[in-house]
Amino acid sequence: MLKNFNPNKAFFLTTKILKTLFFIFIIILIIGLTESLWISPEDYKQSHAVRIMYVHVPAAWISLGIFTFIGILSLFNFIFKNKNFSLIAKSLSTSGFVFCIIALVTGSIWGYPTWGTWWVWDARITSMLLLSIFYLMYILSWKVFEKNINQEKISSIIAIIGMINVPIIKFSVDWWNTLHQNATVKIFSKSSIHPSMMLPLLIMTVAFALFSLIIFIMEYRAEVVKLKNKGLDRL
Amino acid sequence: MINQLFLMNGYGVYVWSAFGFTIFCFISLYLITKFKLTREQNKFTKKFAGLPQAKIELAKTQKINKEIIVNTPNFNF
Repeated sequence: MLKNFNPNKAFFLTTKILKTLFFIFIIILIIGLTESLWISPEDYKQSHAVRIMYVHVPAAWISLGIFTFIGILSLFNFIFKNKNFSLIAKSLSTSGFVFCIIALVTGSIWGYPTWGTWWVWDARITSMLLLSIFYLMYILSWKVFEKNINQEKISSIIAIIGMINVPIIKFSVDWWNTLHQNATVKIFSKSSIHPSMMLPLLIMTVAFALFSLIIFIMEYRAEVVKLKNKGLDRL
Repeated sequence: MINQLFLMNGYGVYVWSAFGFTIFCFISLYLITKFKLTREQNKFTKKFAGLPQAKIELAKTQKINKEIIVNTPNFNF
């Protein structure tokens, strides 16, 4: 199965799908923006400020999801010694970092009209800030260290250590008394969010996921070209 | 109705700045990544064109090299 994770094969496959993905992303984003800014109702307590949720929550979900995936790939890289795992993880990191920053900034903007403060050192927000620091360390480890083996090892260690923070972020609102609200969207039990708000939230999540996939493909292609460039020297 | 959409009972400034920041990040990230990809493709194609003829023939046997060159925008040998 690991043989199928071939950068050459992936390069050919992604040439064809990139434009189609971008077209689908634009359509879903337009539908999502219309739903979240116009059609969805205002909240009885937070009024229109609740609309910030439609960018804040998907960004937080995706940045968490990407970091988890980077951590798993880094672990696989240690076990299977397959260079492609670290290549995929590296290509995912930029979009994950940007989504983490979006979640922090939009959360701060949402915090002011809701809590009366831009920032509070509560468990959820602080652990999310820690995630952005892990992302930054991961990205910098690829740039700072020169030898390819060192880059791979150090970045993988950062990602695996950073994985400890993922469940802390998820359960911080249950473990500690936080200003941040508890989860309203649940997978294994009934969600407390109204369907009229759930729909735009899901559409925006799909749009954000598609965007991160597009960025990942472009980053991955750039990495493959970089590798092939080095290959020309060895001819 | 337009006023309602922009002002949002006084929350418009927060909502629009959050959405604006997100769209700004999306556009910046897309442009930076596209620039990075194009730069790498141009570097590759330039190096490929500078190879001796025998090495070019050898490099052409790898399909991936052709694919990179075909997908390099605005590049002329």
